[in-house]
Amino acid sequence: MIPAAVEHVRPSSLAEALEALASPDAKALAGGQSLLPVMKLRIVRPSVLVDIGRLELSGVHMDENDLRLGALTTWDELESAPELDRPPLAAIAECASVIGDLQVRNRGTLGGSLAHADPASDMPAVMLALGARLILRTAGNERSVSAEEFFLGPFTTALAPGELITEVVVPRIDGSASAYAKVEHPASGFALAGAAARVSPDGKQRVAVTGVGAHPFLLPADTDPLDALAEAEVYGDRFAPVEYRRHVAGIVATRALERARRRMEEER
Amino acid sequence: MPAARRFELIVNGEPRSLEVEPRTLLVQALRDGLGLTGTHVGCDTSQCGACTVLVDGRAMKSCTMLAVQAEDADVTTIEGLAKDGVLHPIQRAFVEHHGLQCGFCTPGMILTASDLLTREPDPDDATIRRAIRGNFCRCTGYQSIVDSVREAATTLREGNAA
Repeated sequence: MIPAAVEHVRPSSLAEALEALASPDAKALAGGQSLLPVMKLRIVRPSVLVDIGRLELSGVHMDENDLRLGALTTWDELESAPELDRPPLAAIAECASVIGDLQVRNRGTLGGSLAHADPASDMPAVMLALGARLILRTAGNERSVSAEEFFLGPFTTALAPGELITEVVVPRIDGSASAYAKVEHPASGFALAGAAARVSPDGKQRVAVTGVGAHPFLLPADTDPLDALAEAEVYGDRFAPVEYRRHVAGIVATRALERARRRMEEER
Repeated sequence: MPAARRFELIVNGEPRSLEVEPRTLLVQALRDGLGLTGTHVGCDTSQCGACTVLVDGRAMKSCTMLAVQAEDADVTTIEGLAKDGVLHPIQRAFVEHHGLQCGFCTPGMILTASDLLTREPDPDDATIRRAIRGNFCRCTGYQSIVDSVREAATTLREGNAA
C-alpha cells in the first residue's frame, strides 16, 4: 500500500512550520508511526505533509515546578531518560517502555501519538493521571490545554486546524509516585485496557484508563476505581466484550495503584 | 502530481542519490530504486519487522517511513553488514545456531539484533525477546533466534575485548 500523492515540505524553523500548517489539509509529520499507517490505508489523505521531524522540539527538561517534554521526544528517549527515573514520573518511562516495539519506539514521538489520539494508545492515560498540560501553537497564537480537555473522542482532540503540539508540561509533585499497567492485545500491542495512577502523600489519588472507552479518561477522584468503572461507559468489540473489558480495566487500575503506592512507600 | 524529489543519503557506507515522489516509502526506494532487495516487505502494515533497516544506527521499519525522511541519513541494510565477503558476527551466529529456516524475516531480525547489541552488549534472554518483539518469524519458534543473538553478543564482546 502506498499513500495517496502528497506534497512534502521540511520547514527549517517552528515559525515556518506553523505557517505551512495553516494551509488547508496540511498534516504535521513527526515520526510517522501513527500517521503513515493511516495514510497507507488512505484513511487520511493530507494535501501536504509538513515534516517537523528535524525541528528542535525534543528533549526532557526539568525546571523548578514542572517536567517539560518536547513534542518530538521519542518513546525510546522517554524510556531511558534519567530525569524520569524517580517515583513521581516513573509512569512515563514505564509506559513508554511498553509501547509498540523497538522499531516503533525508536521513531514514534510523544506529540505525534497524542495528536493521533488512538482510543487505545497508552500514553494519554499517563498524561491524564499526572495532570499534564499540552502546549498548542499556531502561527499567531499559543495556548495551553489540560489532557482532560484535549481528548474528545476516537482520533479526535481539541487541536484546531493548523495547531501543533510543541510541548507537554507535567507538574512535579514531590513525594508522589506513579505507575502504568496494561493488558495488551497480543498481536497489536495496543491496550485492551490500560491504567495510569498517581498517589500523593496526602492520600489523594488519580487514576486514568485507556482502551476502555471512546477516549482515555480520568476516573472521578472521590470514587473507588472499581465503582467508577462499574458506572463508566465501556466499549466492547470482538476481542473484548464490554463486561470482560470492564473487568480487565479494574485489574489494571488496581495494579497501577498498588505499584504507585509501593513506589511511594519505598521512597520514604 | 507532486514533483519528484532528489536528495542524497548514505546507504551501506556509500553516498547514494535518490529521486522519488514524496509518498515513496523508504523500503520501495531501497528495493526498487537501489536494487537492495534484501530488505523484505512482509506485512506492509508496520507489524512484522521484515523491512527493518538501521537509520543512523537505530532499527526502524522502512515500510513506515517515507524515503524523504531519510534524506542525509546513514542507512544500513542487510547487504551492508558483511565486509569483504566475511559475514558479520550476527549473521554467522544465525547460520551456526539455526536462527533461520525460510530466511524471510532474517534481514530484519539481524538488524534489530544489531541495534540491541549496540546498546546492550550482554543481554539476557528476556531482553533479547523483548527487543525482537516487533520481528515475526513463522518458522523457528524463536528459541534458535534468541540463541543466535546471545552467541553473537558473546562474539562481539570478545572481539571488542581483543
